[in-house]
Amino acid sequence: MSALQDKYKELIDTANASGISNLQVSEQGNVLHIDGEAPTGEAKDKLWEIYNKIDPDYRAGDVIMNVNVAAGSGTKAKVTTDSTNLNIRKGPGTDQPIVGKAAHDAIVTLLSKPNDQWWLIKTDDGAEGYAYAQYLSPQ
Amino acid sequence: MKLTKIFLAVFLSSAILFFSCKPKDADVQTKITQQFAAKPDCAGASATVTDGVATLTGEVKDDACKNLAESTAKDVKGVKSVVNNLTTTPPPAVVTAPAVSSDNALTQGVTDATKDFPDVTATVNNGEVTLTGSIKRADLTKLIQTLNTLKPTKINNQLTIK
Repeated sequence: MSALQDKYKELIDTANASGISNLQVSEQGNVLHIDGEAPTGEAKDKLWEIYNKIDPDYRAGDVIMNVNVAAGSGTKAKVTTDSTNLNIRKGPGTDQPIVGKAAHDAIVTLLSKPNDQWWLIKTDDGAEGYAYAQYLSPQ
Repeated sequence: MKLTKIFLAVFLSSAILFFSCKPKDADVQTKITQQFAAKPDCAGASATVTDGVATLTGEVKDDACKNLAESTAKDVKGVKSVVNNLTTTPPPAVVTAPAVSSDNALTQGVTDATKDFPDVTATVNNGEVTLTGSIKRADLTKLIQTLNTLKPTKINNQLTIK
């Protein structure tokens, strides 16, 4: 086992134990890459908690963990902005026009995940478009 | 004996013809060179003339310049024919290095990710994201998580935690 995998042993072990699908652990240029899909938001949070514990404030820059919460069509997600509304855009990008807004703490329907940053959602009011995944927590 | 004389005559006359051609070719060549110099589109072309045949060599801008050089040479008095060996400058190679394009995609993603954190400055270089500025500890994980989904090769976190 490499020094990196040794350092992040607890993280890798937890990822293995928490049912991450398509889990891939690899090393590239002294950076540990962990990819996969977490069954729940809690599983993902747990991994980030361990990562932050081993490398406080992510200073070492030796891990890229791309683990997202699996969510199929029709899954509900909560808008987890700090306090503001979440913009719903025509396309995936902040340069795209805003077609609607989802209120803070509102529950929206997750239609698809075209990429890891922008998810296609639909509000109960019927507004449909792309929202930034950072502010959406699948339920 | 008579035959020998004829041979001699033929030899001498062809020798005179041959030598008389020499300076002429050089003159023609000079003339073509002058013509080329007068036309900026012919830049890069040069000609050598042998027995009235002008051979064009060098590299010119495009096919139009290549044809212009050929007709220019043809118009010079004393040129019997033109062998056009000019080549054209290939268009500048389109840079499609994957690192560059991925940096572009990454930069766009990083711009989106840091949009709500005005105190954070992010730079992208060779797949590496470097963060400078400041951020609240509560926001740090959220930002790092999003940057991780962009699949950079590395994240250099130089942020000051408020």
